[in-house]
Parts: sequence; C-alpha cells; structure tokens
Amino acid sequence: MQQNNSSLPVSPVKRFLSRWGVTTVVVLLVVGIIGWQYAKNAHITEAVLSSTLRQSIPLVLGALCGLLGERAAVINIGIEGQMLMAAFIGFLVNVWTGNLFLAVMAGILTGAFLGFLLAFMSVSLKMDQIIGGTVINILALGLTGYFYQVGLTTQGKLQPIPLGPLTKIPLIGPVLFDNPPITYAALVLVILTHYVLFYTKWGLRTRAVGEHPRAADTLGINVYMVRYVNVIVGGAIAGLAGAFLSLEAVGSFERAMTNGRGFVALAVMIFGKWTPLGSLGAALLFGLATAIQTQLQFGGINIPHQFIGMLPYLLTIIVLAGFVGRSRPPAADGIPYEKE
Amino acid sequence: MNEPLALEVRHVTKRFPGVIANDDVSFSLRKGEIHALLGENGAGKTTLMNIVYGLYSPDEGEFLVDGKPVDIRDPHDAIRSGIGMVHQHFMLVPVFTVTENMILGAEVTKGLSLDLRRARREIAELSESYGLEVDPDAIVEELPVGVQQRVEILKALYRKAKILVLDEPTAVLTPQEVEDLFRVMRRLTEKGVSIIFITHKLKEVLEIADRITVMRRGKVVGHTTPAETSENGLAAMMVGREVLLQVEKNPAKPGDVALRVKNLTVRDERGLDIVHNVSFEVREGEILGIAGVQGNGQTELVEALTGLRPAASGTMELAGQVMPFEAPRRLIERGMAHIPEDRHKHGLVLPYSLADNLVLCTYYQPPYASKLQRNNRVVYENALRLIDQFDVRAPGPMVAAATLSGGNQQKLIVAREFSRPIKILIANQPTRGLDVGSIEYIHKETVKMRDQGIGVLLISAELDEILSLSDRIAVMYRGRIVKILDAKDAVREELGLWMAGAQVENA
Repeated sequence: MQQNNSSLPVSPVKRFLSRWGVTTVVVLLVVGIIGWQYAKNAHITEAVLSSTLRQSIPLVLGALCGLLGERAAVINIGIEGQMLMAAFIGFLVNVWTGNLFLAVMAGILTGAFLGFLLAFMSVSLKMDQIIGGTVINILALGLTGYFYQVGLTTQGKLQPIPLGPLTKIPLIGPVLFDNPPITYAALVLVILTHYVLFYTKWGLRTRAVGEHPRAADTLGINVYMVRYVNVIVGGAIAGLAGAFLSLEAVGSFERAMTNGRGFVALAVMIFGKWTPLGSLGAALLFGLATAIQTQLQFGGINIPHQFIGMLPYLLTIIVLAGFVGRSRPPAADGIPYEKE
Repeated sequence: MNEPLALEVRHVTKRFPGVIANDDVSFSLRKGEIHALLGENGAGKTTLMNIVYGLYSPDEGEFLVDGKPVDIRDPHDAIRSGIGMVHQHFMLVPVFTVTENMILGAEVTKGLSLDLRRARREIAELSESYGLEVDPDAIVEELPVGVQQRVEILKALYRKAKILVLDEPTAVLTPQEVEDLFRVMRRLTEKGVSIIFITHKLKEVLEIADRITVMRRGKVVGHTTPAETSENGLAAMMVGREVLLQVEKNPAKPGDVALRVKNLTVRDERGLDIVHNVSFEVREGEILGIAGVQGNGQTELVEALTGLRPAASGTMELAGQVMPFEAPRRLIERGMAHIPEDRHKHGLVLPYSLADNLVLCTYYQPPYASKLQRNNRVVYENALRLIDQFDVRAPGPMVAAATLSGGNQQKLIVAREFSRPIKILIANQPTRGLDVGSIEYIHKETVKMRDQGIGVLLISAELDEILSLSDRIAVMYRGRIVKILDAKDAVREELGLWMAGAQVENA
C-alpha cells in the first residue's frame, strides 16, 4: 500500500485565509468604524450597538433553528410562522396569567409543536419540505390574524438584568452585560449549538444524517429520530425568538409582527455557512444595518427614509449574491430519506 | 470439520413485490476463508448480504454465527454479531475526516465530548496492525477511491468485524488497486477474518477465492472451488447454459475517417478542464476502445461529442464535415448513434411506450409524422418489426419502457440506434449492469455494425471488454488520452499501468 497520494499539503496561512479571510476583513472593518465612531460620539455609538444586538437576536435564533434542521437535511422555511405563532401564544399567556416565565415557556412549546408538525410532514409523510414550511407560515399568519383582538394589554415585558460590575466596562459593558434574559439565552445558545454540533456524538450523527443518511443508517443510526429531534429543538428555538419579539423587545403583539425576520434568518444561516458562530456574525451584520438605518432616519440626512429603510434588505441581496458563492449546504438537504 | 462455521445462513427466502429475490438460500462461511459469491446482476447476491447485514429482514430463514443462532434485525445487531459490510457504493460521509467516518455510530466520548484524540490513536494502531495505511485527518472526498475503500474496510474492523462482506469491491478499482486489495484480503484472513466476496467477475474469483458459491435468479445453483472449475465452467453455472466469453471477429477493414476529434477541451461544472486537449479519429469499420478507470473524463468526453455538453475548445468532424457542438439533432441526422452510459436517464423515456421510445430520434420525420400529425400506425408497425428483429422480450409495443429488464431496455436502445442509417456509433459502457447473455448479444451486434462499415467508439471501464472488442485502444487518464495503440500490441498489465497514470511521468 505505497500510494498514499492524498491531497497536497496546503500551508496553514493559506488555509486560514481561504477559510476566514472575508470574515477577518469584515470584522476588522466593523471594529475600526465602531472605534472611530465611539471616539467621536460615545452615546450614539452605544445606542446603535445596543440596537444592533436587539435586532440581531431574533435573526440568530431563527438561523439556529434553520441550521439545526438543515444539518439534518430538513429545510425549514416555516421559521417565520413558528416565530409569529410563538410570539402570539406567548403574548396571550402573558395577558391571561401575567407570568412572564410561563409566557416564554408557552412560546417555546408552541415553536416546538410547530417543529413537530414540520417534522411529521417532511420526515414521516415525506412531503415536499418547501410546501411543509409554507403550510406553517400560512397557518400562523391566518390563525394569529384571526384570533388577535386589538386592545389586549399586558402586565409588562422582560426587564434587563445588569450583570454587576461587568456593566461598568466602557462601551462593551452597557451593550453586552445589561440585557434582558432572552438576549443572554440567545448568546449562550449560539455557543451551546456550536459545541453540540461539532464536538459531541449527537452533532456528528446529525451532520452525517444531513450529508449521507444511508451511510448513517448502515451504521445503525436512526435517521428519522435524528431528524425529528433536530427539527423539534429548532422549532423550540424559533419559539424563543417569537417570545423575544412579543415579550422582550416590544411587550405586545401586532399582526405579522415578525415582518420577514424568519426569512432573513435563513439568509443569515446561509451567510453563516450553516454554522452557529457564522450565523451570529451574519446576524450582527444585519442587525447593524438595521440599527444604522434607524439612526440615519433620525439623523436628518437628506435621503428619503424609504431608501434608508432598504439598507438591511439591500445588504441581504448583496451578501447572498456576492459572498456566499463558495458555501455548500449539507449534501442531502431537503431530500426525504427512504429506507430501501 | 470440528471448528464451528463463522457464518451459516439457513433457508433464507426474501420476496419483493413481484419477485422472489432469495429463494431458500443456504450458505456457509468457514473461519479464515475467502468465499466468493458469484452471480449475474439481479441474481440476489446483494439482497442476501443486505439481509445478513440487517438492512432487509428475511421472510424466512435463520442465521448462525460461530455455531450459535443470532437474531439480526438491523445493522446494529449485525455489527454486534461481528459482521461488517463494505457496500458497492461507499457509505462514507464525503466531507468528514477519516476519523469522523470511522467512529460514526460507535463514538468514543470523554464526558459529553467526542474523544477524537483517542479515536485517532486507535485508528492508527488498527491500520498499522492490518497494514492498511490511512491518514486519520484526511477529508474522505479528497482521497482516491482505492484509499476510500481501505477506510471502509477499516471502518468494519474498527467495529471488531470478524466477518467481512465485500460487495463488488473491484468495480471501481484499477487493476493495480485490485492487486492491492487482494493482498489486503489475504492478510485479513491470516488474522482470522472471514471474507464474503461478492462479484460477477470470473477471473477475480478464480484468483482469490477459497470456495465459490454461484447464484442464479435468487437460488444457489452450486458450490465449487477454483481448482475444480474454469472461467467457462463458472460462466455456464451463472447463466445456466454454455456462453461464448470470447468475441469472434475478423480483422478490421478500416475505411475513411468517420469521426475526427481535434484538441477537444471540456470543462466541468466548476470550470475545471475535465477533458484536456484530446485528439483522435475513428475510421469506418473499426472499433476504437477508450479504456480508463471511471471518472477520468470519459463521461464528459461522450457528452461533448453527442451534443449534451458544451466544449470549451476544439473541433469535431463527422464523415468529413465539421459539426457544431451542442446540436444533438444535427448530429443524429448526420448519422451519429449513441448508447448512453445511463440508460434510464439519457437512453429511454421510461414512462413512454416501447413504440415511442423506438422513434425518439426520428419521430418528426416521415414516415412517422406528416406536417402536423404523428402517424401512430407506422410507429406501431415499426416497433413490432424492431422488437422481433432485435429480440426484445416484451409483452407488446405499447407497454412502458420502465417495465422491461435492464438487458431488454439496452436491446431497445440498440434497436433504435441501429435501425437508422448511421456512420458512427458511440457506445458508452454499453454492457454495464447486464447479464452475461445480454452482454454476449450486445458485443455480437457491435461487431456486426463494425463489419458493415460503421465507425465505433467504445468507452468502457471493463478492461476485458475493451481488449476483446477493440481494434485500437486509447487510454484515458485524468482527462487526457495518454496512449493510443493497436489492440494486438496491447498487454493487459501495461494498459493497467497507463490507466493508473503510472507511465505518464516517464513518457
């Protein structure tokens, strides 16, 4: 067995650049601009960054939901519906009980239930996954629109929990360590999902099921079970994103309040190359675009606000068209698994 | 025999809707032997092994491992009983490393995390003790096929397999890699592993097997050993009648150039040159065989020549006239016939009737169509005539092509292509997956076309097919034609080296 001509060795610098080059440039650029702005006007910079984080939380949670599904080869375009429904149920429970903890749990359970519905349609019934997701979106839009009554009021929303002395750090402190609970939870979930996906048995099996389900099957892995669990957990995370909207960010519910975030979350997931950390980075970028957009509208710059409002969406298009050319979805993504 | 058998399969029957895939099959594997399971495609070998590996559940029958009955319901049970399987299509996750592939489903963990360091060490020890060299950190898709197969074997050994099932392991290998594999197999048996070797290649069976079991149409038709039999004897057992293994043909009488290809370069989906500056010509009345391991650009070459894929540069002349690329209808009208590699995807419209499939190239021309309307009666009569002439076994011209067996589907394509005036025939893997009887038929028809003065370009990954049919042989390696030689000067081993790219550097 002499011929062991595996691929040519690539220098580590090159490998690093090709994998992380774009990310590094974007991060340095953003950090540079922020530093410069902070020196000029600390107060506004702080506000913009806080707003960036707030805007990006539902996006990153939605992206986590999407990538958990797609890593196991189930495409979830029902994130929007899962978020909306969870936001609504969470809001209702808050109205009825006034207990925010129960309300958040209700939101999570709602998302998980819709995740189960999607898994049932796409894994057991082997339906077209795009149709399955669309069913959930339409269902959520219809139900929440029909049952929502104007004039319901709540006891309040989730309040920030300052993390002691950490909040005293300039710029970073108030932005990162003085947030309401779902924001903290989202950041922890990003790390946790990354760990589970790339460092545990479950993650290895999930990725195998998404890439080559038959190989996983021949090794005694239950492909259907892996897909169900991932899609349901993903749904629960989307539910948390919905709870964030109605219980933490706004404190009430409006019709179609998700406003396309579930779909932007999918773009975030793709831009993040189906990884949790990448998704966080992408979500922050989108969040920043939204935050700057808001700031510019207040800033009295002489551009019609409709154009400024386009900024995040324009960014979505540019990013998807330009930067993600080389990222590759899981090989079996979207294909129902049939045992022979 | 005092020692218990490694594996005993007793009276296994498996029915699929409409067919009995295994009919009361019994089979035994001694410890440390290489037992060949021989049979044509569809004889039920793979079904039997999928049952042994727990992928299918049998309708009847039982298994004994080491003399003790075992209950195998899924691959988990099989693995626990010490059975490992290397599938014909590798069951490796392409984007995973070797280590990740090996431990999948049998992960070693430290707390909640995967213990990749320990796994890597275990794999290194394992690969050393069996002499199967692999880099545990290599990404599988970047490895050559032969090494991927090694990973598959190690994967089974990592799960402590004592019985190894190899399903058509040589189909994707070069002759040199096959030698390597055989060496590995012998070393494994020395270490006490028992091997079931599934194949339809007679030469290999005679070379490596200790005992042979032959299957035909789901039944075991006989047991033998290499000492007791010969290629002809095995072929007769497989098919159930005497078969002509050698193609009889007269010396070629080459005429004018039928197809001339000059400096053809073809790019793949990623924009890389997959066929690189290829030039050759095929004369009327000769067969030019293109040898090469699958995936060295043959598919793309044929797709470019038949108009299915754009060419990046180069020219093609058909019977003295320069032809445009990407114009299949003009090529067909000018006299090009194509037997495609994938008959389901490119050869037939499976839901269409045989009659419609037989006029796919000519349906718009008289007499099959007038200005506005198709002439169904003529189409039907044409089908009746061709089905009879080319011996297609079918209930009638109006059944869907999907209902025919592989061999008859191929005959249908041959009937369509050979029944119109053609000058050049491009036959890409024309006998892949066919039974010995159909192979014999296709070979005979191809030589007949040659003798009628048609130029034939034959592409095949089976070296035997190339050697027995071709008048001249071109060897393709990594998108280039590295050698063109006369068939009578061809030496099997030398061709194998060319196919592996071994002589490229020296030449």
